[in-house]
Amino acid sequence: MDAPLAIRARGITKCFGDVVALDDVDLDVAQGQIHGLVGPNGAGKTTLLGLLLGLAVADSGRLEILRTPITRALAAPDGVAGFVDGPGLYPSLTARQNLAALVALRDQDARTAGINDVLDQVGLTDVADDRASGFSLGMRQRLGLAAALLTKPRLLVLDEPSNGLDPAGKRHVHAVLTRLAADGTSVVFSSHRMDDLEALCSEVTILAAGRVVFTGPLTKLAAENRELYYRLRTSDPQAARRLAADTAGIHIDDDARARDAEVLVIRALVPALDDLVMRLVHAGIAVRELAAVVSPLEAAFLALTEQQEALR
Amino acid sequence: MTATLAADRAVGARRVSVTRGYRFELVKLVSQWRIRLLVLACWIAPALFVAAVSQQSSLPVDTLFGRWMHATGWAGPLVTLGFAGTWALPLLTSVVVGDVFASEDRLGTWRHLLVAVRSPRRIFAAKALSSLTVILLLVVGLACSSAAGGLVAVGNHPLVGLDGHLLTPGDAAGKVLLAWVCVLAPTLALAAVGLLGSVALGRSPMGLLLPALVALAMQLAQMLPLPMAVRVALPGYAFIAWNGLFTSPAQLGPLLIGVVVSLVWAVTATALAYLLFLRRDFTNLTVDGSGRRVVTVGALPLAGVLAATVGVVAVATPTTGSGIEQDKVQRSVATAFAHLYRMQTTQLHRPDVTEAQLKATATCNKGGGKLAAEGPGNDWRCVVSWHLPDVEAAGSAIYQLDVTPDGRFVADGDGPKEVNGYFLVRTQTGDAPNPLWQFDGNVELLHTTKG
Repeated sequence: MDAPLAIRARGITKCFGDVVALDDVDLDVAQGQIHGLVGPNGAGKTTLLGLLLGLAVADSGRLEILRTPITRALAAPDGVAGFVDGPGLYPSLTARQNLAALVALRDQDARTAGINDVLDQVGLTDVADDRASGFSLGMRQRLGLAAALLTKPRLLVLDEPSNGLDPAGKRHVHAVLTRLAADGTSVVFSSHRMDDLEALCSEVTILAAGRVVFTGPLTKLAAENRELYYRLRTSDPQAARRLAADTAGIHIDDDARARDAEVLVIRALVPALDDLVMRLVHAGIAVRELAAVVSPLEAAFLALTEQQEALR
Repeated sequence: MTATLAADRAVGARRVSVTRGYRFELVKLVSQWRIRLLVLACWIAPALFVAAVSQQSSLPVDTLFGRWMHATGWAGPLVTLGFAGTWALPLLTSVVVGDVFASEDRLGTWRHLLVAVRSPRRIFAAKALSSLTVILLLVVGLACSSAAGGLVAVGNHPLVGLDGHLLTPGDAAGKVLLAWVCVLAPTLALAAVGLLGSVALGRSPMGLLLPALVALAMQLAQMLPLPMAVRVALPGYAFIAWNGLFTSPAQLGPLLIGVVVSLVWAVTATALAYLLFLRRDFTNLTVDGSGRRVVTVGALPLAGVLAATVGVVAVATPTTGSGIEQDKVQRSVATAFAHLYRMQTTQLHRPDVTEAQLKATATCNKGGGKLAAEGPGNDWRCVVSWHLPDVEAAGSAIYQLDVTPDGRFVADGDGPKEVNGYFLVRTQTGDAPNPLWQFDGNVELLHTTKG
């Protein structure tokens, strides 16, 4: 049985004057799913996240969030939290005071609202009583996430949450998002970092020029993808090059040879690549390294968005 | 699963109440160092200033009631009030209110705030109320601190009013309090202009400066020889009109008009700011709500309010021109002289006389009689005459007057020396300031009081 939907969007269109920010966008996000939004600058990611947070209402189309139809601005149901365009913190307040002020705004008791717990989750306990004015971008992002966690969200909407994060901060954020999803919270976030998307998301939506050019599981994206570039390092580069040239579906990138004669860069679909590897093994050539030059997601992203841009 | 979903079904969006939004905004305001410094300054600096000035040999006689700072602690808060109306209150409103909306643009926190509160109307109300609270805190600090400084340094003594009559300490306290309450009205008007500027001008520093610039423009206007109706119809007039509380009878007409005009401005500017704020599109971050059209929408109605109030005041009050006329100047000078003559008589331990017995009159001209005796200027000259019981000959004394466009004047004694020609009088206990040597007075610009 399919998981119930936290977000169901159909035919969403949003314009700012003459600019079409979103054009007939469909989006389904299941409960407990981490869903990535990816696209070039100006693709409409922030506008879509803004609609999900209730900051604006679509010009046309239907949007249901946590099974509540959204028909006017600022009407997102309780249980939706997050941020777009930065976490929205007050620099004159400490991290703890920022959270306490939000707790007071919601008429919660600061002692029982779990401020210390969320600070701990995002790894900011040590700087809880420092003013936010001294925080780095990564720390502000984590504090913004902590503020969202205070509401115990069932849908978390985050715009570029990995911006400025150091490896430790990234680990904290990934752990929090993974745990939330495991507990049934849906997470929608935008990012330009393919490694984040690949590490966290079960599904992604690629936007280009306000339109959805792909939505679905990452595996489907890789399968739909065209040829990828691979780096191939072997025990006998010359022989490997000859074999690759003889293998159907393998294209050799000669430009790469000038940079490193020991490495062969090839362009191929997965079946042709498999064929080449078997032929290398039969020929007694050891494969020492075989890796995609760019990730499948990044390759797909570039291919799909460039294709969409070309159509405009 | 379905059952879980039904139980889980999201309730509609809950908005944050104005009370909680107000507390949130107050926390944000008070957490700013500049606001904390302002609060400290307003609660401490006036006391130190008044106490220090009261101990000096030379007093700020150019400031209203400054010449009485040695005599009573109640002069200090009035000197502070005069200074505050000119500089402090416009600047305080600029710093507090001029930034209250613009700061969210600067910090990029509008979306965060909207998601949290979910109602632009409540955000506006919370911001307006919280900034108003801080301004009230600052004004109360200025008043209490200056009064405390004066009372501690000088004491709780009678205060000489602007027509020379003596107010008991209790009366003085009441009128000082009332004067500070009255300037809340123009302060509110400036605060509302600050709200409007902060909403309409977005990140532009002009929003922050708007209340101060408007106040400066009003002060410049008060210095110009404008018709009285225009002068009284300006929202800053109540910063001056409290002077009328310190005459007997009180000159309440200009004060009431000034207060009402200020409140009309406060309501109108706040309503405009509210409407502009609700029309703003917060989904487009590149637009901070400012723009020529927005500024026009904000400014034009206020220009209309100014024109309307000038018209109403002009029709409702019979006075034309500057409002400074010969008979009003003569009456003010004679009244003040009579009250102060009694004070001098008491100082010198002479037989007491009443103002009625003195029958003081003044004959004033302007420019040595070559100019029409009306309007402001430092070329007024008055000859005051009075009678003492059982003395056939009338006494006379000469004063040079400097009358400012707002009706305030300084009368400078020009002899005879025994009456007003020297700044000290010799009493049985030593030399004392001569109350007739120089004194402040006030010409009522409108015909609203009799006496």
